[in-house]
Amino acid sequence: MSTLVNRAGPFTHTATTVSSTMVWVMVALLPATAYGLWLFGWPAVILFFITLGSALAIEAIMLALLGQPVGARLMDGTALLTGWLLALSLPPWAPWWIGVLGSFCAIVIGKHLFGGLGQNLFNPAMVARVVLLISFPLQMTLWAAPAPLGSEAAPSFMQSVAYISGQTPVPEHMSAATSLGLLKTEVSRGISVEKSTEKLPPLFQMATGKESGSMGESAAVLLLAGGLLLMVLRIISWHIPVALLGTLGALAALSHALDPSRFASMPIHLLAGASVLGAFFIATDYVTSPVSRSGQLLFGAGIGALTWVIRSLGSYPEGLAFAVVLMNALVPLIDRGFRPRVFGRSWRGKSLEVKSQPRIHI
Amino acid sequence: MMLFQVRGGVKLSYRKELSSESPIVRMPTPKRVCIPLQQHVGSPAEPVVEVGQWVGKGQLIGRAGRGISANVHASISGTVIAVEDRVAPHPSGLTQLTVVIESDGADRWAELPQPITADFPLPATPKELNDRVAAAGIVGLGGAAFPSAVKLDMRYKYSIDTLVINGAECEPYITCDDRLMRESAAEIVDGVRIMAYALAVEHIIIAIEANKPKAVKAMREAAKADSSIRLVTVPTRFPMGSAQHLLLAVTGRETPADKRTAEVGAVVHNVATARAVSMAIRRGEPLVSRVVTVSGLGVREPANVEVPLGTSVEDLLTFCGGLHPVPTLLIGGGPMMGAPLPSVHAPVVKGSSGVLALTASETNEGPESPCIRCGKCVTACPAGLVPVEMAQLIRRGDLQGAKAIGSQDCIACGSCSFICPSHIPLAHYFSFANGKLSALDRDARQQDRIRSLVQARNERTAREAEIKKAAAAARKAAKAAAAKATAEPPTQLLEEST
Repeated sequence: MSTLVNRAGPFTHTATTVSSTMVWVMVALLPATAYGLWLFGWPAVILFFITLGSALAIEAIMLALLGQPVGARLMDGTALLTGWLLALSLPPWAPWWIGVLGSFCAIVIGKHLFGGLGQNLFNPAMVARVVLLISFPLQMTLWAAPAPLGSEAAPSFMQSVAYISGQTPVPEHMSAATSLGLLKTEVSRGISVEKSTEKLPPLFQMATGKESGSMGESAAVLLLAGGLLLMVLRIISWHIPVALLGTLGALAALSHALDPSRFASMPIHLLAGASVLGAFFIATDYVTSPVSRSGQLLFGAGIGALTWVIRSLGSYPEGLAFAVVLMNALVPLIDRGFRPRVFGRSWRGKSLEVKSQPRIHI
Repeated sequence: MMLFQVRGGVKLSYRKELSSESPIVRMPTPKRVCIPLQQHVGSPAEPVVEVGQWVGKGQLIGRAGRGISANVHASISGTVIAVEDRVAPHPSGLTQLTVVIESDGADRWAELPQPITADFPLPATPKELNDRVAAAGIVGLGGAAFPSAVKLDMRYKYSIDTLVINGAECEPYITCDDRLMRESAAEIVDGVRIMAYALAVEHIIIAIEANKPKAVKAMREAAKADSSIRLVTVPTRFPMGSAQHLLLAVTGRETPADKRTAEVGAVVHNVATARAVSMAIRRGEPLVSRVVTVSGLGVREPANVEVPLGTSVEDLLTFCGGLHPVPTLLIGGGPMMGAPLPSVHAPVVKGSSGVLALTASETNEGPESPCIRCGKCVTACPAGLVPVEMAQLIRRGDLQGAKAIGSQDCIACGSCSFICPSHIPLAHYFSFANGKLSALDRDARQQDRIRSLVQARNERTAREAEIKKAAAAARKAAKAAAAKATAEPPTQLLEEST
């Protein structure tokens, strides 16, 4: 029996591992993903698996090139989750190469060029989405109208293969604008937000997700349920989601109250677009968010504010990905400035002073 | 009673049930004990016995050294067969001056001081009580092994109004305090009252973690003896047993960094220490044994054993049925803050709360993987540090950078290492860095000393040279004057003659 170990304690350890954490995040994403796959049918299913498969393959190649243990690192689930989040942020009927290129951007540029797992400054999935959106605006803004599996409108498997491979263009009548996209277009045509809001699906439908958009933008309620599961499991804390949604909601409510013809209402901001997915699954990415609670509050609030600014004042209808990447860039600074208070010290690091003068009694 | 919020900490899997229902058993006197002369914080005791000498149980064998130190007593009666360096219960595997006693089988007590059996108020001054506690060699039995009398002396330096009795026992596996509270509540409370009397405090708070309801019940019953005692159940959360954190939880007083709890008017003592104080005052018995939890899935019969100090871990394990063939690690103390034992020949000392034989399934060690910055270490750190950032700096070799963000405020509780999903040995980094930093500090102090000595020497030689030069100049002048005098004698003579 060997009793000598060359390190200090502790000699007990939590059962939580990196891969168990990733698995739980994926479990939390499952309901919304399954719903999205059903809602957008075979093309979405094919693109989803192409994106995840290529993410894994590219990760394996990169690990091998960098001389890291391929099996162990691949099994930690981080690349799979990156691919998954990316797939959720793509138009569900986008051509296959969008998925592959996206995975390449996420894994190679977003992750390994920074030094691999844990070293990347920016959220890999959002880096990929931003690159794709800027490089391929047409493919990245062509949204399919919901056509649930088994419904009349749903394309067959072979038809779907044709769409995704790019052989057949997606027919005009099968595409539709997203809610945020519609508002933006109408505002640019001089039609007030109030008026165009009437053309949007009712809020209940927005919450349950039967609308066009990426899969991750559809079922706000299911994503919220997944996010709450992660909170219950203590995989994420409330700080980032609450700060993000709170800031976004507050700005939306305030601006809408001031000028309802220009600014969309709070429920639209919270339910449409990627707000919920972003708040619970993207902004909370461990690697690219601050480590302290106070820093997380600022980070979440920053994303919420930037998202609102880009959506309402910028030229893109949805700005969450940009907001996340911009705030990611500030994380090292936030980490530096928002450390917790050390026990027995003031915020400035001085040893606490004893307030009352001790009373001597012998 | 209201509790105060304490930041950080972790929920552990405790496995206390392995030994919590085993009543304390007395270990039969071992054939031989090896009693190290340093079982406490501070300077080692100096041996006062010689090889070949017969010693009685409780006889002084090591007198407290200079400064902070503690007496050491024989734990069995018999013959001193060696006073030499032996393996110490320290992970370094280094040796320590140790008194080896071979038992005569009689287990006869030496002459003990007269017990004080009178009820409260005691017919003794606080000073007398302190002296007795010091003479009995009592140290903090929670694991820190800080000489108790020094803590009781705090009242002469600080204004102390609160005595907190630590029954948190927040380490997994360890149940010795739990059993003591259940079985010897009256003795503990008596010791608490003696210490409170010696400290002249107004408030006494006994704090016990919520996972020990039976101990709480027994202590509550016993504490009825004194209306100034309040019994508090604190949440089960590691490291609640840290003196500073426990004090914050029960009184809201936060101990300033680098200071003692006395600074904020409170002294914290462990329950087993309280019992030892009672034994020393009521029976005159010095600290010669302690209750040790022997546990872990590697031990055949986990138990709480009252062990004579200096008994080898091997004898103790044999008493507990020996080991299963599977254990991978032998730990002295708890699994969070304890240290690996260098050998089964290491002795049980005053600070040994546990001897654990852990299997791989319990230690759950894993291969280290990259940090994913999950921030769990930041949330868990009870000291309010940022372990992820400190570890990064230390890895890079930037020890001063780590120091600047508080590495030396680390209390080495290990919560960060425990919670890390990537199995990064964070606490290990910090103990490495802090060890290195204090070595650097020592070096720097030495360099400073050398520099000032060299400077003094240079100044002295310069001064001496100056004096020499002045003297030489004076001599030269004198010589010149003399030469002039001899060169001009005729005139002088002439003058004289005129």
